[in-house]
Amino acid sequence: MNAPRDTIYALSSGSPPAAIAVIRISGPDAMAALEALAGRVPPPRRASLARLCDPRSGDLLDQGLALLFPGPGSATGEDLAELHLHGGRSVVASVEAALGQMRGLRRAEPGEFTRRAFENGRLDLTEAEGIADLLEAETEAQRRSALALAGGALSREVAGWQNRLLAIAAQVEAEIDFSDEGDVEAEADPRWSSDLHELLVNVERALARPSAERLRDGVRVVIAGPPNAGKSTLMNALAGRDVAITSPIAGTTRDVVEAPVAFHGYPFVLVDTAGLRESEDAIETIGVDRAKANLQYADLILWLGSPRECPDPARSILISPKADTDLRADGTEISVSAVTGEGVDALLNSIRDRSAKLLPGEGEAALHRRHRDVLGEAAAALRVAADSDDILIVAEGLRQARMEFDRLTGQSGVENMLDALFGRFCIGK
Amino acid sequence: MAGYDVIVVGGGHAGCEAAAAAARKGARTALVSFCRDTIGAMSCNPAIGGLGKGHLVREIDAFDGILARAADHAAIHYRMLNASKGAAVRGPRIQADRRRFRSAIHALLDAQDNLSIVEGEAAALVLEQGAVRGLTLRSGEILHAGAVVLATGTFLNGKLHFGMSNCAGGRVGESAAVQLSDQLRALNLPLGRLKTGTPPRLDGRTINWSALEVQPSDDGAWSMSDLGEGRVAPQLFCAITRTNPETHDTIRSGLDRSPLFSGEIEGIGPRYCPSIEDKIHRFGDRDGHQIFLEPEGLDDPLIYPNGISTSLPEDVQLAMVRSMAGLEKAKIVQPGYAVEYDYIDPRILEPTLGVRSVAGLYLAGQINGTTGYEEAAAQGLVAGLNAAAYAAKEQAILFDRAESYIGVMVDDLTLHGVTEPYRMLTARAEYRLRLRADNADVRLTPMAISAGCVSDERRTHFEARQAVRRQIEEYLSRSFSAQELGAASMSVKDDGVRRPLSEWMRFPAVDEEGACRLIPELAALAGELVSAAVQDHRYAPYLQRQEAEVARLRSDDAVRLHDGIDYAAIPGLSREMIERLDAARPATLGAASRVRGITPAALAAILVHARRMAA
Repeated sequence: MNAPRDTIYALSSGSPPAAIAVIRISGPDAMAALEALAGRVPPPRRASLARLCDPRSGDLLDQGLALLFPGPGSATGEDLAELHLHGGRSVVASVEAALGQMRGLRRAEPGEFTRRAFENGRLDLTEAEGIADLLEAETEAQRRSALALAGGALSREVAGWQNRLLAIAAQVEAEIDFSDEGDVEAEADPRWSSDLHELLVNVERALARPSAERLRDGVRVVIAGPPNAGKSTLMNALAGRDVAITSPIAGTTRDVVEAPVAFHGYPFVLVDTAGLRESEDAIETIGVDRAKANLQYADLILWLGSPRECPDPARSILISPKADTDLRADGTEISVSAVTGEGVDALLNSIRDRSAKLLPGEGEAALHRRHRDVLGEAAAALRVAADSDDILIVAEGLRQARMEFDRLTGQSGVENMLDALFGRFCIGK
Repeated sequence: MAGYDVIVVGGGHAGCEAAAAAARKGARTALVSFCRDTIGAMSCNPAIGGLGKGHLVREIDAFDGILARAADHAAIHYRMLNASKGAAVRGPRIQADRRRFRSAIHALLDAQDNLSIVEGEAAALVLEQGAVRGLTLRSGEILHAGAVVLATGTFLNGKLHFGMSNCAGGRVGESAAVQLSDQLRALNLPLGRLKTGTPPRLDGRTINWSALEVQPSDDGAWSMSDLGEGRVAPQLFCAITRTNPETHDTIRSGLDRSPLFSGEIEGIGPRYCPSIEDKIHRFGDRDGHQIFLEPEGLDDPLIYPNGISTSLPEDVQLAMVRSMAGLEKAKIVQPGYAVEYDYIDPRILEPTLGVRSVAGLYLAGQINGTTGYEEAAAQGLVAGLNAAAYAAKEQAILFDRAESYIGVMVDDLTLHGVTEPYRMLTARAEYRLRLRADNADVRLTPMAISAGCVSDERRTHFEARQAVRRQIEEYLSRSFSAQELGAASMSVKDDGVRRPLSEWMRFPAVDEEGACRLIPELAALAGELVSAAVQDHRYAPYLQRQEAEVARLRSDDAVRLHDGIDYAAIPGLSREMIERLDAARPATLGAASRVRGITPAALAAILVHARRMAA
């Protein structure tokens, strides 16, 4: 016998109080629950005004909109109901309580609606991951990337690669299974070889793309330089608030101070560090060590010292600080006065331009660690295929790569490759 | 009233192999055929083996089957396909003398204990309470048996097409099994329709051989069977000609009289073995197609022009043939024709090739939608062994797709069904690197021995080979430096490390000849076993990687899916998925994952459901 699934419900909008609150109900009893509350089943996919009453007491709970999306064509793949209520705490609580009283209904676990959508084949894995990101997105860039993922940008990209891979594999398999019977000519420099290299370049380029982790956690911008260079003052100017203590005394900042900020819709983490110098002070020495450690993990360094002493010029913007007091030092890119605000906008633009390479572009889905791992395996397999002149190893590398792509979005299998094969070649006796 | 354990209906390649396998396993076996003489006839092209197919022949041989031995006896031309590529995709193939082949099959069947041949027409199955109890012959005689293997080929509702005229029949000169066909329909077994074709047969004496490129028989002593006695028959040559624009024009001019294009033929033909009119229609831009001219026998002038299977009218066939080099004056002895026939959707079969809904009924060969002698014989082996096991109430003998091409085929057929005649290809085997034609006995003979279907001769032979293999491995485990290899003319990068010779074999420069120079004792051992060992070590890193994959496959296969599982009740499966899963009834989660179109999400839902049912 088949154990029936629970019907789940949850407040799906932000926490009350709010203008409206949306409660979702998904599962086999969603329609019955809606009928019990609203006294009738509204027509599918139409917003209908409904008086919602407690089914036991008959008390009016709220007047709101009721919607019904019958499965399997709903977001979760099951019968799905939505109640748009007035967004007061007590309204939401009373409707939830009424739902909780009904047989077969229970409160949803976190992520359970998405999980059901995935299990019911409404989403593939990467789309489900995209939705999770979308719900967590705080900045505009995060939202765009998550939307791209949820909308299937990565799936489409992988599907494109998969098709090309199938076409290449078909040619290789044709050469293995048919060239000796005269159907397919074995070529000295076969066409699939250049296709394969091109595909490999594409996958490797995607791998080099910014990661979702950076988008989620923000680009790390570390402000560093010798003591008393004005690092903390710059930090406060960039953050738009006082996050670091500033004083004319060298060595004021002893620990690492972090501040998450958003510029132009992109997430950043500003990191202020202790000035780099040899110190007798044990605590300051620890601070200096931490500053050095932070430099290693920096995506971008704002260097306020002499350009010659910059630890990593490639990752750095060389800044001449205190434009209000000093002349611009030789070799620096930007003069900034944190006190007067002069040069701060130019610096922000520069930070944005440099970070753009670290963050996904418009409509580009950021790669998660899982995607990165799988694509890395796929690229390695393609590399094996591209580097070998034994056609068996080529075919094996292509097969492995196909399997890895399958792990990202779904499966293709041998039959799809054979379809590609037989569609393209005149084969067989 | 005669009593048997197993009755096999049909004396083609599937039937002969099934009967021999059941009898080897000790079942009292009857092979029922229309006509004793046609047992072991080669109805289509005279070749046995090839890419993927050669693997099947060797695997059947590893189970002590008869196909490979008969092939060796009949072989008048040997060719190792893909000889320049890695051993995993090399395909041994022979051209057989039809008469020698048939007489070899007869001799092998006659020598088999427990096996009798019954001449007669199968009229109907004897069924009791949904289980098979025997077979009724047209004569009215009833044969009782615990299990029946149907290997009736294209005889189910067969229809021959010669140009626009057609008639009922399985092959030229034989009648179709209409009554049995009707009974199977009544059993509600799902039937489909397929089509296959043959080329016209030519009179070799009218061919101008001197104008043609010739392909002689391979040098060397390799044979199809491990027990082969070498090249016993005289060796002939094949020749190659090509179609040309004139040929193509001739074919196009006759398309309106082709049953394929006029809608007379509804069955679906194989994509990889299309008729010549189909090829020209679909790939007309090619300037020509290679045609192999294969001799049908030593004292037989018939030539089989491989590559021009057709059902065009006779006058078009003749014009087409004569447009090709060397065939300007060729005479057609027997025109080509197309055959349409019913097949049973093999997804109703268990991995034993037993029908899920009719206990004791097994199906093998073209009836399951396959094409080719080798595919038929391999299924015959599986069905024959399992029918015998079933009749004796013993454990089923199952083939794993990670271990054999036979396993790949059975898994493909029972899970995916067919949409065209199924032919083996090396591309179908994902673990291709492990499944070589030259290691079939290592992979399968131990399993065959424990299944109790191997003769003493085979077992002794196998054990002797295993001893040699161990000897070879011992030699290959000796360590050498790069310098020592260099001295034996194998140049490898010197990193100062001494390695076993087997490890050095990952470098292409370290080959069989070099190994024999380094260790002269190796040269004295069987060459083909040394080559096989070299291949094992050359591909070892890839084999190890596949090993991990196979382990994952096994863990998915360890999750059993209950036979009564109601896929429609699992939320989230599309209607298409439900239909496919219902038709294939995968026995395990691993098998379900191989059903076409089943996504990881669907698999997760099935797994959740299976766990919930088990709880």
